[in-house]
Amino acid sequence: MVSPIPPSSASATARSNAPLFTIPDVVIRLAGNSQDGIQAVGGFLARLAGRSAQEVMTYMTIPSTISGGPSIFQVRIGSGEILSAGDRADVLVAFYQHSYESHRSSLRPGGVLLYDSDHVTPNPDDKEITAVGIPMTSATVEAVGGSSKEKGKNIYVLGLLARMFDLDVPKLSQLIKERFGGKNEDIVRNALLAFDAGYAYPAENLAHILFRLETPTPTVGGRPQITTDGNTALTYGLIAAGVRHGAGYPITPWSSIMETLRTELPKYGGIFVQCEDEIAAASTALGFSYGGNLAITGSSGPGLSLKMEALGWATMAELPLIVINVQRGGPSTGMPTNIEQSDLLQAIYGSHGDCPRVVLAPKNVEDCFYIALEACRIAREFSTPVIILTDQALATRIEAFDEPDLPKLMIEQKPDLSPRDASFKPYPLDQAQRHAPPGSVIGSGKYPTVTGLEHDEHGHPSASPAMHTKMTIKRREKIKSVATTFPAPELFGDQSGDVLLIGWGCTYGPIREALGRLRGAGATVGHIQIRHIHPLDGGLEEIFARYRHILVVEINDEGLYGYGQLATLLRSRYCNPAISSITKTDGLTYKVSEIVERVAVKLGLADTTVGMRKLSLLASALPTQK
Amino acid sequence: MSAPTLSPAVSSAPGTPRAPLTKKVLVADHPTWCPGCGDFAVLASFYKVLEKLNYPQEKIVTFAGIGCSSRFPYFVNTHGGHYIHGRSLPFAAGISLGRDDLHVFVFGGDGDGFSIGGNHLVHTARKNPRMTYVIMDNSVYGLTKKQTSPTSPIGFKSKTDPWGAFDQPINPMRTLINSGATFIARSHATQVNHMVEMMHRAALHDGFSVVEILSECVEFFEGAFDASIPRKGGSFQTIDLKKNDGSAEDAARHDPTDELAALRLALDPWPGKFGIYYENKSRPTKNALEQKLITNTREKTKNASDLELLSKTFARMR
Repeated sequence: MVSPIPPSSASATARSNAPLFTIPDVVIRLAGNSQDGIQAVGGFLARLAGRSAQEVMTYMTIPSTISGGPSIFQVRIGSGEILSAGDRADVLVAFYQHSYESHRSSLRPGGVLLYDSDHVTPNPDDKEITAVGIPMTSATVEAVGGSSKEKGKNIYVLGLLARMFDLDVPKLSQLIKERFGGKNEDIVRNALLAFDAGYAYPAENLAHILFRLETPTPTVGGRPQITTDGNTALTYGLIAAGVRHGAGYPITPWSSIMETLRTELPKYGGIFVQCEDEIAAASTALGFSYGGNLAITGSSGPGLSLKMEALGWATMAELPLIVINVQRGGPSTGMPTNIEQSDLLQAIYGSHGDCPRVVLAPKNVEDCFYIALEACRIAREFSTPVIILTDQALATRIEAFDEPDLPKLMIEQKPDLSPRDASFKPYPLDQAQRHAPPGSVIGSGKYPTVTGLEHDEHGHPSASPAMHTKMTIKRREKIKSVATTFPAPELFGDQSGDVLLIGWGCTYGPIREALGRLRGAGATVGHIQIRHIHPLDGGLEEIFARYRHILVVEINDEGLYGYGQLATLLRSRYCNPAISSITKTDGLTYKVSEIVERVAVKLGLADTTVGMRKLSLLASALPTQK
Repeated sequence: MSAPTLSPAVSSAPGTPRAPLTKKVLVADHPTWCPGCGDFAVLASFYKVLEKLNYPQEKIVTFAGIGCSSRFPYFVNTHGGHYIHGRSLPFAAGISLGRDDLHVFVFGGDGDGFSIGGNHLVHTARKNPRMTYVIMDNSVYGLTKKQTSPTSPIGFKSKTDPWGAFDQPINPMRTLINSGATFIARSHATQVNHMVEMMHRAALHDGFSVVEILSECVEFFEGAFDASIPRKGGSFQTIDLKKNDGSAEDAARHDPTDELAALRLALDPWPGKFGIYYENKSRPTKNALEQKLITNTREKTKNASDLELLSKTFARMR
């Protein structure tokens, strides 16, 4: 059943008699099991979009089971600004019956179901969608030849999608070659065979579902696009910021950062240590920092809890440290492969004692790179621990963005071992600590102790009530002054009016899209994504005063008093009764429609039609099935 | 480009000649220990060791965890500090691995080393970073005023076991040998010359070296180590090390490279013997292994600059 016609000519034949609709963007959801290589297909599509200067956003779930289990990857590609992975899919690829049954509801009315007819029997009475059965498994086995395994059906599906959306075949083939190029030639050949077979699937069966994505207007002189996930962007952000030392302990979804650092840092002359536990990891990283090399440790929720005593020490001893927390569903082991933003208060207040420290949150994958640079600048300048609160959604999703200008951004780090003069004090009351790493000659001849005990300006233990008061104020004012280095917060949409939407972390995209829809429906709405959680950006109070409602959108619980974690912080900081919460804890990122509907309900709008997802052009292009 | 900054561990002061390191220079704050505490003698011995080693003062690091003995760094005028309870080993490993030009000494008690930090002791030994750990064992929690410690003997009456402790105590030598530490010695705070010799040899060892020193707490466990103090009627028995001279008496001497022989010594009845139990000179340090990894990896990248490396990585994401 494999067509002998090579893809290029097959395409020409198909195109000649097929209806062809041009659409601005498409949401494709691939549903199968974790070992099916679904992420690889999603990754190919995302990278293709990146190379075509198209916007792309992805979303995936990975089972927390050791091997196997249902898994999905959703990719949205378009020529406009793509801010979220899409509420509902235009195309659902279902590998198994359970994939079909679990994800049929994610397909919008009028959408296309591509199912593996070797494994799936869809409901014949379901006329709301266009269902196309293709024997993906047997066709792949036949194409690759002789293989008893169905490995490669993901690439077969990639071929099908390439045909369906008239994707750039040479670029995709190139991506396949790059991806499998390091392995033996058979693997590359088999992958290309599977791809061609999918691409050559008899056109008449697909005739009514062939599309073309709008070509984006090329940007002149723009930087090349890169495509990557949040954990990778964050990792290389740290390397660009001059971090060469770190320590960690495995925990999902943080582990990929430590794996990359372990293999990458030696190339840069650095060391990453896998420690016996989270506490040892924080301690080893602090030991590196004490030696004069700003170091990084990281974890996910429960691991951050274990590091808290060490972080308290770092605040008292005033040593710099970068701590990454890739948030997941909690408490305890909770939902380790799901998103939740429930570690905000832990990050700010989790240690014992009065323990002020800096907490930052990146808003998208690109920002994961830049926030790493910012965190390292703050840690060095203020000799303080900085926590980066990222999350499972940012960690695993792939986005395309402009390649960073590395020659401008890269920072070199060397321990400052210059001799300190006789007036050197490790803990001056009127400024941030200037740590003298071992190896520095101390002019006074009195070598400093770095300590977790309350101490005087020379680092000597001091139980003086006056000294504890002064030092507590000093540590507090130091962290407060970090805010003076922040640029003004970026305000999107209306500069005053009905509603100001506040978010942090991975909710940036869906809130931005919701903003557009709400404004389209006639509401005056603004949006700020808070990247500086602690200390907060300056100027927020004045902005808040311009709106009737300030709605804080978060993926956490409203708690005992009815407010999410950031809302709690903002209410206590600004005492503004207009601040209220939109929260949820289903372990999933926000859909745009969820935010729009929740805002409409909050505002008491009788007409909630703004919450309805407008049918996309793809929907109107499809023949209605009756 | 951040080429590795690692250099050999034993550094001699280059350039201008320096005055030798003296006790006068090394003394810092006056110790806060109780009169009669064994830790005073350990401190005095450590000054002597540093004088003998004569490292550049600024290259010496003295760190500690929490406990009476962990006050140590305040009394030694070198770079150093006071970390959290039980975690000073992973902290010091970070110092040593990140800065191979330094000489790292860690001090702590039996609670720090064998209780709250027990797992770190095992894993630091497994990793074998270049540093020296001195455990001042008084078999009681002194700073918190007389609770049972992991080395308190069965029957010891403390505030947490007023009827006498009944949990099996840790055998430090056995624990250390099993952990894979590459230099293990035992000494006694009443034996200054022996302490100096043990700590000096530990400092010169290329790897993770540990010296356990019995150091009496006169306040909360008086007489704990009398069985090993001759002037109190006990006996201080040292370990005779093999000289490999082929003599008949040499056969009875201890071979510190023999792990099983070390274990047998560790199982001697209380108060046991003092000296070097085990020494492994062949296992590479983590410092050396990481450096080798860096050298090999950088060779593969043809010593590309940081910017070249990172630019290449981003180019692959296009």
